Amino acid sequence: MLRDEEGVVPLAGATDLYVGLNFGTLEPRRFVNLWGLGPLRRIAVRGDILSIGALATYTAMIRSRQVQRRLPMLAQAAREVGGVQIQNRGTLGGNIANASPAGDTLPVLAAVDATVVLRSASEERRVPFAGFYTGYRESRRQPDELITAVEVGPVEGTQWFRKVGTRAAQAISKVVMAAVRGPAPRIALGSVAPTVIRLPRTERALGDGAGIEAAAAIAESEIQPIDDVRSTAGYRRRVVANLLRRFWSDTAPG
Amino acid sequence: MRITLNGAPRELTCHPAARLLDVLREECGLTGTKEGCGEGECGACTVLIDGAAVCSCLIPAAQVSGASITTIEGLGDDHPLARAFMDEVGAQCGICTPGMILTAVTLGPRPSLPRIRTALAGNLCRCTGYEAIYRAIRKP
Amino acid sequence: MALKAVGTSVPRKDGLGKATGAARYADDLTFPGMLHGRTIRSTIPCGTISAIRRDFDPAGFTVVDWRDIPGRNVVALLTDDQPCLVEREVRHQAEPVLLLAHESREALLGAAVHIEYLPGTPLLDPERSSRSFKDILIEKGNLEAGFAKAYRVVEGSYRTGHQEHVYIEPNGVIAVPEDGGIAVHGSIQCPYYVHKALVTLLGDAVTHVRVVQTETGGGFGGKEEYPSMLAGHAALLALKARRPVKIVYDRVEDMEATTKRHPAIVRHRTAVGRDGRLLAMEIEVILDAGAYVTLSPVVLSRGAIHSAGPYRCPNTRISARAMFTNTPPNGAFRGFGAPQTEFAVEVHMDRIAEALAMDPARLRDRNALRPGDTTATGQVLGQDCSARQVLRAALRKSGYRRKRKAFAGTNRGIGLSLYYHGSGFTGSGELKLGSRASVELTATGVRILTSSTEIGQGTRTMHAQIVADALEMPYEQVEVAQPDTGVVPDSGPTVASRTCMVVGGILERAALELKERLGDAAPEEYFRRHGPVRVTKEYQQPDWIRWDEVAYRGDAYATYGWGCDVAEVELDRDTWEVRPRRLTVVADVGKAIHPALATGQIEGGTAQGVGYALLEQVTMRDGVMANAQLTNYLIPTTLDMPQVDVVLVENPYPGGPSGAKGLGELPMDGPAPALVNALRHLGLDLRSIPALPEAIMEAACASP
Repeated sequence: MLRDEEGVVPLAGATDLYVGLNFGTLEPRRFVNLWGLGPLRRIAVRGDILSIGALATYTAMIRSRQVQRRLPMLAQAAREVGGVQIQNRGTLGGNIANASPAGDTLPVLAAVDATVVLRSASEERRVPFAGFYTGYRESRRQPDELITAVEVGPVEGTQWFRKVGTRAAQAISKVVMAAVRGPAPRIALGSVAPTVIRLPRTERALGDGAGIEAAAAIAESEIQPIDDVRSTAGYRRRVVANLLRRFWSDTAPG
Repeated sequence: MRITLNGAPRELTCHPAARLLDVLREECGLTGTKEGCGEGECGACTVLIDGAAVCSCLIPAAQVSGASITTIEGLGDDHPLARAFMDEVGAQCGICTPGMILTAVTLGPRPSLPRIRTALAGNLCRCTGYEAIYRAIRKP
Repeated sequence: MALKAVGTSVPRKDGLGKATGAARYADDLTFPGMLHGRTIRSTIPCGTISAIRRDFDPAGFTVVDWRDIPGRNVVALLTDDQPCLVEREVRHQAEPVLLLAHESREALLGAAVHIEYLPGTPLLDPERSSRSFKDILIEKGNLEAGFAKAYRVVEGSYRTGHQEHVYIEPNGVIAVPEDGGIAVHGSIQCPYYVHKALVTLLGDAVTHVRVVQTETGGGFGGKEEYPSMLAGHAALLALKARRPVKIVYDRVEDMEATTKRHPAIVRHRTAVGRDGRLLAMEIEVILDAGAYVTLSPVVLSRGAIHSAGPYRCPNTRISARAMFTNTPPNGAFRGFGAPQTEFAVEVHMDRIAEALAMDPARLRDRNALRPGDTTATGQVLGQDCSARQVLRAALRKSGYRRKRKAFAGTNRGIGLSLYYHGSGFTGSGELKLGSRASVELTATGVRILTSSTEIGQGTRTMHAQIVADALEMPYEQVEVAQPDTGVVPDSGPTVASRTCMVVGGILERAALELKERLGDAAPEEYFRRHGPVRVTKEYQQPDWIRWDEVAYRGDAYATYGWGCDVAEVELDRDTWEVRPRRLTVVADVGKAIHPALATGQIEGGTAQGVGYALLEQVTMRDGVMANAQLTNYLIPTTLDMPQVDVVLVENPYPGGPSGAKGLGELPMDGPAPALVNALRHLGLDLRSIPALPEAIMEAACASP
């Protein structure tokens, strides 16, 4: 159907559907309902790879022992995405496809170099998360493709996650950060650029032994926060620097 | 579209993209589920789908085909939570109460206060400051 | 009179319906042949309309504009300056221009209407406005003499923003033509306000008007005056279509178009003695009223009267004004001016304490009003003044002094606020209202007839308790009639913390008179012999009240509630997020008619105060709320609220039923200054709310 009809939009947990329709960010069109596709819900480990089906809900990710063991920061992100009602319906695939720069799971996937599995009528392909977004709310998913799963290899190092929201619960993020302190530190941020981003120069500096203050200065040049209805660029800038420091001291060995 | 509604089978005739909230209130005539915001923020529209609390204002009808739905009407007048809410004055204006009770149903027996707070974070109340709601839910 | 029901937490009259989802709110009701209504609103803040183009198939539509108004095109309230529908001149965004009705909600929402304007230059800053809707001057003593004796003079400017009610049930009404007249059913705090407005609007087009309050999902003042506008719209459509019309706002429209709390700028200049005594207070209050007068003069009045705080000060001058701006009119919201001005004075008091290197609690104790003292309007307070009592109880309960020292140097802070709130209408307001309420015998007991509305706060229950005890009748035998202007007398509006003290008082007198008439007869027996005997009583002003409306001097309120809040917070130094950890609230309510309900009102008002202080920001862009969704306008969730410990104090007011004072608004005045003062304890100089992390960051980076 996606191959044959133009403008059909796949629909998973629908937590953004009516909101988008009502507030004009989504054009009314035809939707294909994916909710019943059981195989897309599966969370499993195959060999080394943790595979999370695109229709896995936040609740499922929170409860999954495999996620808790291998990717605990994803469970943490899922817990903070909204109240239980949202957790019970929102899906990982939905969060990815919605492509919001503030998506809470996206920095987690970026920080562990996840792979997005896409399927069309003719083929299945894997796209590294790193290049998945090409611009504000734009991705490499073709109109005739469905996100079917996300795959994550073994994560070496300590995982760290922090969402700074507008409120203690049910909040859109002002800044959201996921990081791994391993042999090479990996740092990903949401809400500070048109898409989720990694901080390659900051990571390289830290990996090369630079001090955290120097790294924080580099980080400031790698982000483009804006003023919006939720927060200010200045606040986001300062908070990113503080979170970076906190990540570094929280995960310090010993 | 076939569903089980409060324990009884039911055939829905609505458009598949109709909001479950509207289907329940209009086609099914069950007005206990309320609309407070239409954006999944306030939880006043909470119902249980296969035992899980969800915001019915966000759910297209097509997605409940084959599911078992419980609304506040399905709990009956004598449900222990209804009694507890009455005893502890857990309801002031009452508009958030159906949603609160349904989310609370998913907590099971003797939940701790931190668990209650976390579970109810998606149910807004403007009248009570939540304290009496905790008292109601924690009532033995 | 023995108290059985009063003072006990009896089962709510409406508890079962609310706990089972059976209670019916406006949007739950349908009427045969009902249409849905929609309001087309202006999209500029200021200008004139040059053209309106309808871009939809008119089949099945009813369209109403100002020319369809049979009576006067006003929403009758204090001064009839607000039109029900725009004629040509637009004075604010979201001003109602055109009304549509249709059987199908889809067709209704799909109808496109294009309005063309000649835009004007909007005035959006109240401090730049030269048009004042009301000016008030309150003077006592000799200000200059007071300043001449000053050891220190402390000055400051404080700001509070809009606050949106966020009743979980949005505004909604259904207008139903009936027998040549019209009935409006809806989510309404003041049925008789709506009645008066409809009579003015509809004139001779209707033989009668009836207003019926449906179960209401929260009001907080947001359904005090606004429903008159909404009811007018529904009624106009219903009359033209000759069918019932339901208009229920969605959350966005409700937040954009309806009233909010007045933003305020309050300036203080205070002279203090070396021992901390207040010698002179000069206070300036500016409220942003919005585009029409609505209730701004009364909000200003209450705000001004409370602006000097619960303190003794021999010399005060309070000048207050409510300024026009091209924004949607602001209106009643729990506290009604006092949360704004008491925020200012309480933060100012902590700055005074700082300037004197004095403990803030000590400064409060030194200056708190005592029985026999006079307020800023020259009112002499009686034994029902409890300022120091609540202060001391709160300090004790919260461990304030110990924590004030222990938290030093940590990321925890503790702060307090002392506050008061006048019960009932100001000055001669209650006399002017002339409220009436009735008690009527039935076959099974009695029925209460008042226009006081249950909006969650427990009106039905509390009135029934008072009447039951006065009649020495079981509480279960007292019913409460639904507020229907065709049935109940005008007991005045359900506002101003008057429903228990004033209306409850009238009902008590009515019940006592009925009891006398019954004599030794059992009520059922008397009913059999005499039928539904009804006793109606009217408000009687206590004979000692003296108020000068022109000079603004005298007994502003019959009595006051008193409160003290102690707030503990924790600051996240990485993100400047504030986590309230504990709130202790001590409230003197005179008498808690229903202890659980009274506690619930305090807890709920406290939560609204927490939101007011830390979360609830209305972002205005081009004169309209830009964050009009619950995703972006944030009220406290369970995880935002700290542990709240409420202590009720009962220092009775002899003129209230069983000594009850007003309590509904009191809890709104305390939390914001207590929280901001707790942040001050952490070294953060904040003078405006909401104190969002972004603002706290600025304050943190600014301090040395």
